[in-house]
Amino acid sequence: MTGPSRPGPAAAREVAIVAFAQTRHRRATPELSEAEMLLPVLSEALDQAGLRPGEADFTCSGSSDYLAGRPFSFTMTLDTVGAWPPVAESHVEMDGAWALHEAWVKILTGEADTALVYAHGTSSSGDLRDVLTRQLDPYCTAPLWPDPVALAALQAQALIDAGETDEDALARIAARSRTAAEANPYAPLSGPVPAGDYVVRPLRAGDCPPVGDGAAAVVLAAGDTARRMRARPAWIRGMDHRVEPHALGVRDLTDSVSTRLAAERAGAFDAPVDTAELHAPFTSQEVVLRKALRLDDGVVVNPSGGPLAANPVMAAGLIRLGEAAARVHRGESDRALAHATSGPCLQQNLVAVLEGPERPARQERGPRS
Amino acid sequence: MSGKEPVAVVGIGQTHHAAARRDVSLPGLVREAARRALDDAELTWADVDAVVLGKAPDFFEGVMMPELYLADALGASGKPVLRVHTAGSVGGSTALVAANLVAARVQRTVLALAFEKQSESNAMWGLSLPVPFQQPLLAGAGGFFAPHVRAYIRRTGAPADTGVLVAHKDRGNALKNPYAHLHEHGLTLEKVRASPMLWDPIRYSETCPSSDGACALVLTDRAGAARSPHPPAWVHGGAMRSEPTLFAGKDFVSPRAGRDCAAEVYRQAGITDPRREIDTAELYVPFSWYEPMWLENLGFAVEGEGWKLTASGATALGGELPVNPSGGVLSTNPIGASGLIRFAEAALQVRGRAGAHQVEGAAKALGHAYGGGAQFFSMWLVGSRPPTS
Amino acid sequence: MPDVLTAPLVVEFPFTRSLGPVLSAFLTGLRERVVLGIRTHDGRVLVPPAEYDPDTGEELHALVRTAATGTVTTWAWNPAPRRGQPLATPFAWVLVRLDGADTALLHALDAPGPDAVRTGLRVRVRWAPRRTGAITDIACFEPCPPGTAPPAGPPVPHDGVFTDPVTTLTAPARLDYTYTPGRALGRHLDALAERRITGERCPSCRKVYVPPRGACPTCAVATREQVEVGPRGTVTTFCVVNIKARNAGNAALDVPYVYAHIALDGAGLALHGRIAGIPCDQVRMGLRVEPVWTEGARHPDHYRPTGEPDAAYDTYKELL
Repeated sequence: MTGPSRPGPAAAREVAIVAFAQTRHRRATPELSEAEMLLPVLSEALDQAGLRPGEADFTCSGSSDYLAGRPFSFTMTLDTVGAWPPVAESHVEMDGAWALHEAWVKILTGEADTALVYAHGTSSSGDLRDVLTRQLDPYCTAPLWPDPVALAALQAQALIDAGETDEDALARIAARSRTAAEANPYAPLSGPVPAGDYVVRPLRAGDCPPVGDGAAAVVLAAGDTARRMRARPAWIRGMDHRVEPHALGVRDLTDSVSTRLAAERAGAFDAPVDTAELHAPFTSQEVVLRKALRLDDGVVVNPSGGPLAANPVMAAGLIRLGEAAARVHRGESDRALAHATSGPCLQQNLVAVLEGPERPARQERGPRS
Repeated sequence: MSGKEPVAVVGIGQTHHAAARRDVSLPGLVREAARRALDDAELTWADVDAVVLGKAPDFFEGVMMPELYLADALGASGKPVLRVHTAGSVGGSTALVAANLVAARVQRTVLALAFEKQSESNAMWGLSLPVPFQQPLLAGAGGFFAPHVRAYIRRTGAPADTGVLVAHKDRGNALKNPYAHLHEHGLTLEKVRASPMLWDPIRYSETCPSSDGACALVLTDRAGAARSPHPPAWVHGGAMRSEPTLFAGKDFVSPRAGRDCAAEVYRQAGITDPRREIDTAELYVPFSWYEPMWLENLGFAVEGEGWKLTASGATALGGELPVNPSGGVLSTNPIGASGLIRFAEAALQVRGRAGAHQVEGAAKALGHAYGGGAQFFSMWLVGSRPPTS
Repeated sequence: MPDVLTAPLVVEFPFTRSLGPVLSAFLTGLRERVVLGIRTHDGRVLVPPAEYDPDTGEELHALVRTAATGTVTTWAWNPAPRRGQPLATPFAWVLVRLDGADTALLHALDAPGPDAVRTGLRVRVRWAPRRTGAITDIACFEPCPPGTAPPAGPPVPHDGVFTDPVTTLTAPARLDYTYTPGRALGRHLDALAERRITGERCPSCRKVYVPPRGACPTCAVATREQVEVGPRGTVTTFCVVNIKARNAGNAALDVPYVYAHIALDGAGLALHGRIAGIPCDQVRMGLRVEPVWTEGARHPDHYRPTGEPDAAYDTYKELL
């Protein structure tokens, strides 16, 4: 895997996460349309930032038609944005973490000072284990209907074979995550959760994320605008994402080279982080990510409980960025890493580094053009 | 270092478009376009820093989030891949998202690619899966647009023949474009006029086809442009605007999101008189009547007079403002790629590389895409010279 | 939780996938009990083959034939097979590196139980009795009997040419969803069952949305206030449909018919419906209409003229 060896972008503009809101994630939300689910979340995030609907310079969302079971499902959520007069807006058919990346780039161009980012997913609409098989190679893999638990289990066994973990260690990851989630009112799965039976061996029910519905929203702002909106903005010191080949059989499943590369580009290794929010829906994937990100035991991993406690697909990655930022906002972290993933067995990964302390020499680029 | 990095288009490629490209796989289709764009730029896969992929609903091919499966087919191993979906405007949005990566100096060289392989399912099925409790669309795709055309005719008093002129012109232009899906030799005005009235006031020959195809652009920074073997096209302005799908007071004939989007692009590009300053435009015209409608929406004609511009012959190749010299969406329509093809054709024109459908001396060109319920708009203005500001 | 409206929604289509040269050769090979891989420029052999090197994107052409035996590189025991999976009895998912290949293929392994499976296990292809040119022509893998020797020698070049090659794959895919319209639309649908057409008024701009979507799209505030509209309304614009299109939902209708935008009295925007009870060529903008309900249908079957004088253009020009 060879990428061009060029340093990431110069930090031409300072951009921060200044607001974060999410739903109380639930197994199912049959009484809510997309708009009804999102409206309160967007209102809460905008209120935190002191923005009115439609006032953000840019809006970007993430969602999936396949999850919803209908084409153009994102067009309905636009009803919640206040897109009148018309707004500068875009959508990624990906987790909202990538919508946040697009919005960050938009602010870096200088064309926007503020951005609203949101994502939602209603996994309860379909059977997630069937739906996600449709992501796979449509010629040689999808016809076999291998579900995401099966694929994660293949990865977990590879880790066990390599001596990187065992079932007890995986159970401890599950227990730590759900204990942490006791302090997270938005997480549906917290406290003591039995390891349960094998779903696909070596993964037990306890190693798998809850399936459910939810939404999240984040507000980004540049420079002094961010400082006006939030006493302690979560400054994005770097952000990058990378993808690996799709087929599991050509990858080393015990490693995540794309995560490591994204982390390098995001500057994650330039200084230690105190907190990491990892998008590891399966316990075994936390093992892979800890190694790729060189996180030692001194780092607080998934203090929110992580995706093992709340995993609204398409929003869960954005929530990692939001949770990490919220800890920075509250002064509980000075330098946090947030990670999001997409695709089978961590195929695609995004890493962002968020900091609370101001940098000595502020380099706010000139006013908006 | 201040302001945005100038963005140049140095590579353009598209597939041969057809109702069904049965000779290629999904990777084969996207790689055909990408390779042509790389060849045009005389670059290799390794020279690309990031890929932005656009397409319309995943149901068309039955592959959820196909950027995952197609990542390595696009040489993106170890690189960033972003997948854009903004309905029919997605091709344009794909180019703009890619351009922003360069403009923000996050990446230097980006491959923007959009595709649709509609033959893998059925376009009408993919666009409108049945929804329980709701009335089916009742009318098909044209039935969605035809009432808006009638509203335009009522509002402007446009003669009934206007759409026929556009269809005849665009299908004629497509004969000069080797990549176009439809090559209807011998199509006369009489034949267009005599074609079946499918959704009155829209005739069969005034509707877009359903195509398989892909389009790719290589976008790069100033340094990349300096190495370009052929003249680049420079991005002078680009914008996206969205408004809600349906709302009280929505103007389907001339949506405000379209007007606002054009105004923003013109502001960035320093255009004050689009009709005089822009040499050619590639507009997203899926049904013939949308040419005069967009001419007004985009400020090329005053409200109510777009049809006069069409009727005058000004929008023909060789006219004062050639519109859709490539043959347009009326001749080629792989939905997710259709917007990017508009952007690509605008860039081809200012690079002077449009071949038989070249507008002589084109220095500034507009690429335009829209989608959803005429609610998502994306546009760019490209020029043969670098932007001055 | 109050009763909420839900309905099953089946998303199903028999996708037709054209294969291109490499996948065509691979899948046709499976039909003929031949496993093909492709060699990269640095000498690795990929199975299944791709048209491109997954690491570099370079074009690949050098097909080779590999063995139908191989080694498990990782596995996972699936105690409860799901719809569409290769075996109906408990089985192991496996990644298998076929002899001669450098990458692994995902498939199922038929084994009596998890104790019979391990990484490093030698396995062989069990061919499906009826093969069509699909990955499922490999019914599954099975453990090699003890004493089975690995094949001698490296994979051999193959021209990928077969008689009667498979060029397309039909991939039926069914997903089952539950559709839930949500609170606002649910109330509207409930009212329709009583032949009332209701909308919701925005507390901010006071516009009435029919059908309601729970939020005012221009003000981005929740809508709650219920408003009954119509039943009469005005045709604001329309088209005459002369064609039955596949998947357009109009198979049961006789053409021509009129498809119209109808602004019900009191509504802030038009909804869509069919006009009948008047010849198509006499339908016009401004025509006053009312709904016609039929037994057993939730929505009005169509709208018919009321006989009132036409509405003036200025009264509906904002409602097209």
